[in-house]
Amino acid sequence: MELFLQQVLNGLTLGSIYGLVALGLTLVYGILHVPNFAHGALYMIGAYVAYFAMVDIGLNYWVAMVVAAAVVAMVSVVCERLVFHPLRNAPPIHDKIAAIGILLFFEAVVQMVWGADFRRLPTPYTEIFHFAGLTLPAQRLLIIVGAFSLMAGLHLYLKKTMTGSTIIAMAQNREGAFLVGIDANRVAMMTFAIAGALAAIAATLFAPINLVYPAMGNLVLLKAFVIIILGGMGSIPGAIIGGLIIGFSEALGGFYLSNDYKDLIAFGLLVAILSIKPTGLFTRGVR
Amino acid sequence: MNAVTNFLTSSAMRWLLLGLAIVYPFVAPGEYQIYVMAMAFVWAIAVYGMNIITGYCGQLNLAHGGFFAIGAYTVAILTVDHAWLFWPAFMAAGVAGAVFGLVVGLISLRLKEHYFAIFTLCVGFIIYILIEKWGALTHGTLGIINIAPPEGFGVFDFARTLDFYYLVLGFLVVAVWLTRRISESLLGRTFRAIRISDDLAASLGINLMRNKVLAFVLSTIYAALAGALYAGVVRFIGPAEADILHTFDMIAYLLVGGIGTLMGPIVGTLIITWATQWLQSFEEYRMIIFGPMLVLLVIFFPKGIVGSFLAWRARRAARRATVPARSSPVSTARSTPRASEGRDHA
Repeated sequence: MELFLQQVLNGLTLGSIYGLVALGLTLVYGILHVPNFAHGALYMIGAYVAYFAMVDIGLNYWVAMVVAAAVVAMVSVVCERLVFHPLRNAPPIHDKIAAIGILLFFEAVVQMVWGADFRRLPTPYTEIFHFAGLTLPAQRLLIIVGAFSLMAGLHLYLKKTMTGSTIIAMAQNREGAFLVGIDANRVAMMTFAIAGALAAIAATLFAPINLVYPAMGNLVLLKAFVIIILGGMGSIPGAIIGGLIIGFSEALGGFYLSNDYKDLIAFGLLVAILSIKPTGLFTRGVR
Repeated sequence: MNAVTNFLTSSAMRWLLLGLAIVYPFVAPGEYQIYVMAMAFVWAIAVYGMNIITGYCGQLNLAHGGFFAIGAYTVAILTVDHAWLFWPAFMAAGVAGAVFGLVVGLISLRLKEHYFAIFTLCVGFIIYILIEKWGALTHGTLGIINIAPPEGFGVFDFARTLDFYYLVLGFLVVAVWLTRRISESLLGRTFRAIRISDDLAASLGINLMRNKVLAFVLSTIYAALAGALYAGVVRFIGPAEADILHTFDMIAYLLVGGIGTLMGPIVGTLIITWATQWLQSFEEYRMIIFGPMLVLLVIFFPKGIVGSFLAWRARRAARRATVPARSSPVSTARSTPRASEGRDHA
């Protein structure tokens, strides 16, 4: 039972990280209908920025997280302006190819500048709590609390502020949003900035218990895609619930089935879902 | 001028290219250059496969490198672990490519646009993870060494670079010929119709699923056979063959040459292969150049070299038409010009 609860905790940790990454993806998809393959690179850049802010400049963990979020939000907006905006009317194949181009470009740059070796992000929170036979590393608790507060914050932002409402409006109905005078460029830039910041924060939270390396974003990106297919492209609650589903199945599957193949569990789910329902779960209307 | 542009797309031009390819080893500075060219041909065969599913049929398959790896591993496992000869293993690689392609195609091609790309990206990744983790079958991260080279017959000994070059050239010619036959047939027009609009194609009575799966399986057979040849010449393979980078290299070759054109894959592959030759030490970081180049290509030059040439010629022809109709600029929202839909393929 304790072992099981321990896995549940791990699942919650993974799920909240995946959920944050998937949130950014699903927001961008909801607004622009672009599956942003470059999102994994944003996650990776976030981890590197935080790492160097802490190790080289000696900033505090939280300051480093804010710096990473700001830098990656900027990178994300630049990508939107320079790449996705000019391609907004191109055939769908083109923006996908461009997005992968961005992903591989960033990976290669990071690898050239900092090498391919693994690094570990230091964290000030190394205590390990013991509670009812469970080991609760502080960093994991921080991840869960941090991720869920961020999700709650995002929810409030989208629901309660004017800018947030414009994002939702545009996701709901593009033409309608234009008719009431919403500036599409501004919303697109905002969305990309938020998605970038979320990815960077997720990476900074997760990097202390995982590692930092150039290809670190790829698996996370693929799982985030699985999540938004599971939860419905563009759906915010779907991204959070889907993230938890994938997190739990990975933690439990990795423990009870096979640790080697735990990364395949998410994809196994994807194949199963799409074989049964090609439109993904929870999606409405056309494919 | 007209004579020149027409010659460039005539069959005489293709024979001329073939002639050049045949004499190339005798004018090449050394064996290394012959080897590079042979490898470029191997990749070009795989790119022709990608051209069928992505260029003609409009479905971005991001698992293409995975199928290349399946072909390479089929040959490697059968020749090294089961003492097969190369040619039977080569056939088996083609069958493996077809079978896996059929299974993946049946599941994935029910999905539209984005879902299909995401799904195949995941499939590519699954192939990579399986190759890496299933050590009992694939030797895991160690890779497989001492793969048998293709057995020669008569005077041919394919362990020699020169003979191997001609072998690959032969396969490439078959690949180009087959692509041409497909693209000029009703089947090719069916694929293009699906790319332009699958709803319209379906309303014309085209069986979408059957045609898409057919295009997909054709493309995976090409990829697997190219992988099999690759295994036979390099004689060492590892999980890296299934890396997404390879898929992306192929997309780059295809885009530079001209997506959905007959000569695009070979033009793009040769140009980039030779352009990256001086980047030898830079190979690992080639995406620093490739990445932005691809972004610029899809924004400003989505038709590639061959496609742009065909579009330019079509515009000229339209301007010179005796009835001065409104010149019809080929819309940039198409990745292929209409001109390539006639009989005059570049």
